[in-house]
Order: sequence, then structure tokens, then C-alpha cells
Amino acid sequence: MATELTVLPTQNLEAFKGVKKLPVEEYFTSGHRTCQGCESALVMKLMAKAAGPRTVILGSTGCMYVANTTYYSTSWVVPWMHTQLGSSGSAAVGTAAGLKALMRKNRIKQEPINVIAFCGDGGGADMGLSSISAALTYPEYNFLILMYDNESYANTDIQLSSMTPYGANTTFSPPGKARRILHKRWKKNMAGMLAAGHPECRYVATVDASYALEMMNRIRKALTIGGPTFIHSLDPCPKGWDYDPIQSHDLGELAVETGVWPLFEIEDGVLKFYGKSKSIAQGRKRKPVREYLLRQGRFAHFTDEDIDYFQKKIDLMWDRWLIPGAVCIEMGDDIRKQLTRAEQEVAAAEAKQ
Amino acid sequence: MSVSTKAAPAADQEMLISGCAAIAQALRLSDIDVVTAYPIRPYDTVMQAVAKLISNGEMDAEYIVAASEHDQFEIVKHASAVGARVFCGSSGVGWMYAMEAIAVTPALRLPMVALVGNRALDDPGAFGCEHNDALCVRDLGWMLTWVDTAQEALDTALIAYRVAEDRRIFLPCAIGADGAFLTHSEVLVKVPNKEKVDQFLPKYDRGDKMLHPDNPITIAPQVNEDWVMEIRKQNDEAMRRARGVIQEAYRDFHKIFGRQGGNPFVESYMAEDADVILFGQGTLSLPVKVGVRKLREQGHKVGFVRLRWLRPFPTPEVQETLSRAKAVGVIDRDYSFGSPNHGAVLYNEVRSALYDLPKRPHVISFVCGLGGREVTLDSVTEMSEILLKVAKTGKVEQPNYWIGVRG
Repeated sequence: MATELTVLPTQNLEAFKGVKKLPVEEYFTSGHRTCQGCESALVMKLMAKAAGPRTVILGSTGCMYVANTTYYSTSWVVPWMHTQLGSSGSAAVGTAAGLKALMRKNRIKQEPINVIAFCGDGGGADMGLSSISAALTYPEYNFLILMYDNESYANTDIQLSSMTPYGANTTFSPPGKARRILHKRWKKNMAGMLAAGHPECRYVATVDASYALEMMNRIRKALTIGGPTFIHSLDPCPKGWDYDPIQSHDLGELAVETGVWPLFEIEDGVLKFYGKSKSIAQGRKRKPVREYLLRQGRFAHFTDEDIDYFQKKIDLMWDRWLIPGAVCIEMGDDIRKQLTRAEQEVAAAEAKQ
Repeated sequence: MSVSTKAAPAADQEMLISGCAAIAQALRLSDIDVVTAYPIRPYDTVMQAVAKLISNGEMDAEYIVAASEHDQFEIVKHASAVGARVFCGSSGVGWMYAMEAIAVTPALRLPMVALVGNRALDDPGAFGCEHNDALCVRDLGWMLTWVDTAQEALDTALIAYRVAEDRRIFLPCAIGADGAFLTHSEVLVKVPNKEKVDQFLPKYDRGDKMLHPDNPITIAPQVNEDWVMEIRKQNDEAMRRARGVIQEAYRDFHKIFGRQGGNPFVESYMAEDADVILFGQGTLSLPVKVGVRKLREQGHKVGFVRLRWLRPFPTPEVQETLSRAKAVGVIDRDYSFGSPNHGAVLYNEVRSALYDLPKRPHVISFVCGLGGREVTLDSVTEMSEILLKVAKTGKVEQPNYWIGVRG
């Protein structure tokens, strides 16, 4: 760490020890207009609960802005401010910098204040990627950027984003008579990409609100560790994914169990899988993606061939990637040999002792 | 590139600095909290000067080199919402790139002050001065002023904060500075001492509008069709109030610093008894004033009026100073393609302001000095001759002229 770097202290948010020990206070409450079964609204609620009252939240344009902050019926109890679609990163930096300057000049009380900026997948992975990437390079400011990913632009009528899965039916990629699959791009790995490219960012994680406690504790860890941090959550969306709202939680679990959505955290450069993804990484059998895909109307046009293709891509990710879900690079033969040799040397040294 | 960054003076001191460095001195004196930088010529000289002030410990601000102009303006927008005094700026297409953030700032009633180092919009790539970049905020709720000298740039920056941060206003203010002519030319500038500035400029107090856990408000909620009219009307009322607050600020400034007396909105040069008046803004006042003086020596009753504030537009002052003339020529360093009479922006503003007068002068549009082309003494003579002919005959042969264009 640079000698001249001044970092403000963060709040010490210890992990919640169990669902029964959660505080009852809510900071994202009634008044919002999200759809029944909206997992993104749940993400907002859990995020605010995890962060607590001394928090400023900034929301970039997206369904969680449009549905939650209608004038006269805002659901935010903590201070909240809108930011432009591609500006979650800038909003976080500006807010943290403003607070820091005012605290240094004794214009406001010196205390750790959580700054969280959230964005949807469109605002985060498409338009706002450069702003988030820049934000993660400022080590002197404490903030969390949370990207809630419902895999589409969901407040404008379900258009595809760069996070929409291959082949999904959206209003920008409807299956038709001549072309069944209009959307042929594969999803980017936001968490992996941001962790790999931003050495000053001490904490990056993927989360899933179906595992609420684990998710909240990851948010608390990000806010406690300090500096710029990033969390990517996968949010099933009944409207966009086209399923009965009662299935939201199930689909969140299935995304993890089929291996489509690996849960991992990278803390100070050390990667750890957690939850069910940990056991998958250790060899537990994954459920077939068919179970996940066929419960969603957006894949109703898929043929067996399409499902096989999807399965093959997921298999490839787990079997061949350097880090499944994060780094889509395979090891070359010479690196593999080097690693094997190093392992042999370690084994030999251990045998000697 | 070398940047003038001399040590902070203890008392009023004369320094040989550029327009941009003069603004940097104003920022130091205003105790800015958050400043963002992103390179584009010619505005970036101000950030080079700010960077040096910060690295030398003469200025205590969060100094953030951003990843784009859009980031720059968004960062300071949010810092302003938590109560920090902020500054940023840009030029030409950079200003355009930030336009989304620029457009929402007045609607959020955030008193940001920004510098536009005026530059032609690409393409074609050019670094020279043109006013179309700044003029894009004309209709967005920003206060908009143009400065003529480095001294005026420093003084106007201080005045801009005072007016923008007044609770009756809370609107952002953009300072237009002609690229190269003002931003880069070094002249002697009186830099006041901190005590005087503190006397003039109170601390930014966002009050109950501040975003802070102690004040858990929601800023910029979604309003659908219900409230847009009312919000726009409130912005309009703030802009109307700005007129009086600007006058107050200049009066106090003159009292404390002894400069910037006279009319805050327009500068009048030999215009009181003029038959024909040239009208414009920014640094073209130098060649125009010299040209006017020469023509006066030849017995022609020519005058010049320089506009200092475009928003709020000083309609009474413009009517007052121009109504006595027989012909007015509006010199624009900008263009509005396909506008009424194929004239430029300022021309249409002036004609509109004069429309309600019972007796109106003829108004001619002169498009001049685009892309940084020099406005020469010959140009001034040419424009004056056209106006004198109109004044003599009472006939307008054509409503607009491109002055100094080849072929």
C-alpha cells in the first residue's frame, strides 16, 4: 500500500450467525412496485439489511429504480439517490470522495459510512462497464458496487443485455420462422473479469439470494474489507424468464446446482468456491441444465440440440477452464507440466519430513 | 507543457498566468472539496494547474482523474449531493460526451461550477474556439456566462460559486472561456488573498437537501407524468431569481475586491450614442474594441456591447443598450444550422429579446471566427460597414453574412 494513501476506517460488520439472529429492522420496506416473485427486490432488501442504517445507497437506472423509488412511495429508509444508467461506478466514487473530503475538513462527523451503488446487468455489464472498472482502481475510497443480474433490461420490456444467456427469448431476440436462435452471444464473466483486472480491489464475489444468509454475509464482508469492492448477484425474474413467481427461489437454487451460476468469492486475490458450488468444484455431480432451462418460458423454443449445446458449454466451463465461472482460459500443456512437477516436488518434500 | 503554478500569495498579488491558471487560483481560494479531471484541449490546462496546486499542498481537495468526461461529471454531481463544493469541466466533444450527466445536474438542483474551454466540435477535428459546445446547455437549466479576460475568469469563478450555491438558486453554472485565446494566453492577474474570498464566499451548505444517513432523503425519484411540469417550473423560478442574486453578488464583489463594477450582465463600449452596435461575447471584444475605436476616429458612430451572462438572459439590459441604435450586428462564434434566417444562436436570442420593443433596430447575423479563426480588424471594419449601410438606407439586403470565409 502506498505510503501516502489515506483510507478511512470501515464499519466492522460481523457475519450474521444464523437466520434466527438477523436484526428485525428493514431499510428497504413497503411501497415498491416490483412484480410478484421479484428476486431483485429481495436482493435490495437483503443488501440494505446487511449494510444497516449508516449507509448511503445509489441506484443506477434500471427496474430497481423505476419500481422502487416512485415519488411519494419510495421504499428506501436509508438515503438513496438515482444515478445515470452507466454511472454506478462514478456515483460510488463521487459519494465516497465527497464524504471523505467533508470528514477531513471537519464539516461532518467522522464516522464510517457504507456507500453502496447498485446497477442492473445492462447498466453494469454494458454501458457502465468502463465506469465500474475505473471505480475499482481508486484504493482510497470505500464502497461496494452490486450488480443485480436478471439477465435482461427488465424495466423497458425485457430486451437482451450482454448478460442474457445464449438463445433466450427476449423482445430483442424473439424466436422466428427463419431463425430460432437470434441471440448467439455467451454471457461475460463480470466477477472474474473485474477481479482479474483490478489488483486494488480486495473483494469480489458472486451471490444468489436463494442462499440469503450467505449472500448478506458476503455483502457485510465487502463493506468491512474496505476499498472498492464488487458483488454480482444472479436474480431470477418471473417476467423476463417467464415462469410462475412461486418458482423464483427454486430457480436460484437450480442455477447453482446445475453449475450455470458458480458461487465464489475472491478475497485479497484468493479464490474460494462456497456453498453448493464448493462441493461441485470438489467433484459433486451437477444437475443437468435441462431441468433449469425447461422451467423457463424464455427457453421454450429450445430443441434438444440447443439444450445439448448449452450443457456442453457449461461442462466445458467446469472441466476445462482455469477457474470455472471466472477465468475462461485453459492451461497450456507446458504450464500443466510445470504444475504437475511442482506438485511432485511438494509431495516428495512432504514424504521426506 | 509548462504550467504556471507560483506559490500562494499572502495578500493580493499580481501573477503572470493564463486564463486557466487564473481559474485554478480561484478554485484554491474557494476551498474546493472534490475536483475531477479528464484530458481534452484546451480546458485541461486548468486541471494541470489544479494538479500542481494539490501536489504542492496549496489546495486541499479530493482530486480524481476520471475515466471519461461522463464519469467526471457524474462523480462531482454525486459529491455535490453529499455537500461537497465541486468543480470540473471540458471542451468540445468531451463536453458532449458528458451531456447526459450535464443535463440532469440542474434538475437535481446541484450547484456545480464547470469550465467550458470552448472548442469546435469534431468532426472535423479542430482545437480552435467555437461556442457550440457550451451552447448545448443553453436550454437545460444551467446558468451560463462568458468571460473575456483571465482576471474576469478568476473573478467570475468566485461569483459563480456564490450564485450557484445560494439557497434561492441551487443551479449549476458553466463558465465559457474561449479556447486558446483565453485559456492559454498569459496576462497579469490580480489574485486576491484568502481572507477577502472567505468574506465574499460562504461555505456551501446543502442543508436539508444533503444526502447523509442523518438526513435519509431520496434524491431523484421516478415521477412518471405526475410531477415533471412542477419540477421544471421550480427550475424556471430559480433561474428567474438568479438575476437578482447575480446583481447582489457583483455588488458585494465590487465592495470587497474593488473590481467587476458596472453592469454585471453586459459590458458597453462606446455604445451610448452609437448608430450601429456590434454585439458578441467572449474574447472577440479585443479586436472589436480596437476596430470600433479606429472607426470612431474616422467619424463613424460605432459601438460594442459584450454579453456576459447568456443564462439568465439579460433581456432588460440588452433592450436598453441596443434599442437606441439603428442597426445591430450580432457576431456569433457558433452556428445554428437551418435556424430562422439561417442565423446563429446569439443572433436569434437578441432578435427575440428586442421583438417587444416599440422601436426596434435592424439586427444582422455575422457568423465569424468559427473553429478558432481569427476575428481580424478587417472583419470588424467589414461588419461595421454593412451595418452603417443598413443604418443609412434603412434597408436590410440580407439577414446574415459569413465573415472571413474563403471563396
